[in-house]
Amino acid sequence: MMRIQVLGTGCPKCKKLAENTEAAAKALGIEYTIEKVTDINEIMKFGVMMTPALAIDGTVKVVGKVPSPDEIGKWLA
Amino acid sequence: MDWKSESKKLALIAAVFLGFFVLPVGVPRFNNAVTESLELTKWYAREHVLLCLVPAFFIAGGISVFVSQASVMKYLGARANKVLAYGVASVSGSVLAVCSCTVLPLFAGIYKMGAGLGPATAFLYSGPAINVLAIILTARILGFEIGVARAVGAIAFSIIIGLLMHLIYRREECAKAVTQAAMPEAQVTRPLWQNAAYFASMVGILIFANWARSGDMRAVFLCCPGGLSAYKVEGTLVNRTSETVTIIDTSGKAHKVPADLMLGAEDVRKNTVYEWIYRLRWALVAVLLAAFAYMAGSWFSGSELREWLEATWGFAKQIMPLLLVGVLAAGFLLGRPGPDHEGVIPAAWVNAAVGGNSLRANLFASVFGAFMYFSTLTEVPIVQGLMGAGMGKGPALAMLLSDPALSLPSILVLRTIMGTQKTVVYVSLVIVMSTVTGLMFGAFF
Repeated sequence: MMRIQVLGTGCPKCKKLAENTEAAAKALGIEYTIEKVTDINEIMKFGVMMTPALAIDGTVKVVGKVPSPDEIGKWLA
Repeated sequence: MDWKSESKKLALIAAVFLGFFVLPVGVPRFNNAVTESLELTKWYAREHVLLCLVPAFFIAGGISVFVSQASVMKYLGARANKVLAYGVASVSGSVLAVCSCTVLPLFAGIYKMGAGLGPATAFLYSGPAINVLAIILTARILGFEIGVARAVGAIAFSIIIGLLMHLIYRREECAKAVTQAAMPEAQVTRPLWQNAAYFASMVGILIFANWARSGDMRAVFLCCPGGLSAYKVEGTLVNRTSETVTIIDTSGKAHKVPADLMLGAEDVRKNTVYEWIYRLRWALVAVLLAAFAYMAGSWFSGSELREWLEATWGFAKQIMPLLLVGVLAAGFLLGRPGPDHEGVIPAAWVNAAVGGNSLRANLFASVFGAFMYFSTLTEVPIVQGLMGAGMGKGPALAMLLSDPALSLPSILVLRTIMGTQKTVVYVSLVIVMSTVTGLMFGAFF
């Protein structure tokens, strides 16, 4: 079971990242939970300053940009 | 039938028709406001969208993709040189804060994991005001002086506010989060001069495509009968009688103004270089476009260019609809510059509140700006409408400085980051600083 967290305060890019991530996870057919972290203080605990960001099983994978579903798929595989 | 959801629809339909039932169509002020709103939007569409906004979006997209944000952030980290950190924080908004939604997380990051409260506050104040899109549109629509004053004022005062915040809270035990800040990996693939040349060509295209013809004369008009503020029109005098003065301005728009509102007029000294650039502007743009195409084709990879296009389109998609609504609303509420162009709000009210350059007018403008929320760039048509209705230049700058830095929603988020007391101190400092800057600017220009 993979724990996916999308960090962002709710700007359009954060929604895009969540969409891309779900698309990537569905394409791989893995078991996962996805959670949106919107509280800015919680985001800071990950050490992230530039949103949106993506954390998989608690490790930050990307900061400040929206990767394509293909790129995200590589971290999930 | 689901009565609950159906009754909502019924209420909506009833509300819409009730609105039209009492709609004051035919009342001169209302009809005039609708015309003004459409005229203002038409003027934006003709004069600003293609030549100014489109290149500006490409520049903003380029900055967000090609400039390494990590290389800027290292100057704002925990071990950064303190003096340098203030300087970098005050100007880095133009690179880091291209989208207003990124400002607060960066502020929280610099405060809790990086250089501390002072530089973080400096960044928070200047960031939104010096993002490239805001500066380009301000200079284009509200005039070069206000555009420059907005940028310079934001940078200078952000350092002062940052230092004051640092001094006020210097004794506080610094419970820094020990988390290592996660940075996007630096992906510098080409030398700095190539990036610089690439951006210079884009900025050049923007400047030359918008190069205005110089007028024959410059006239100063009072905004409205009994008003406290004046505005300038540069162009060609086509008709002058004892009752009205008509001037065609440099963008081809006719201004017909009652003669008793004209305060003065002066001839414009023709500058040959300026005139030549105007005549050759399309040739210059063509040369720059060719250079730009060559650079994009030979220095950048296909995936980089695709990312750049995506970022540009992202900005356009996000900002254009909001700006359209903002321009329509500004035209409807405030009209366009000049008498007979009033919106729903009478110019006399605007004059009474923010006309001239008094302390009260500046203070009112900065308090209003601090609590109101305007989305990115819509502050420009709003301030334009206010200036047309009689707002002085000083209060206009005060509002431009306090507005992007703060809004009620962002104040509430700030409270959760640094607590109530610091937020109150920060908001007060912003209001005081913006008021003082407005007063000084209003006195000089």
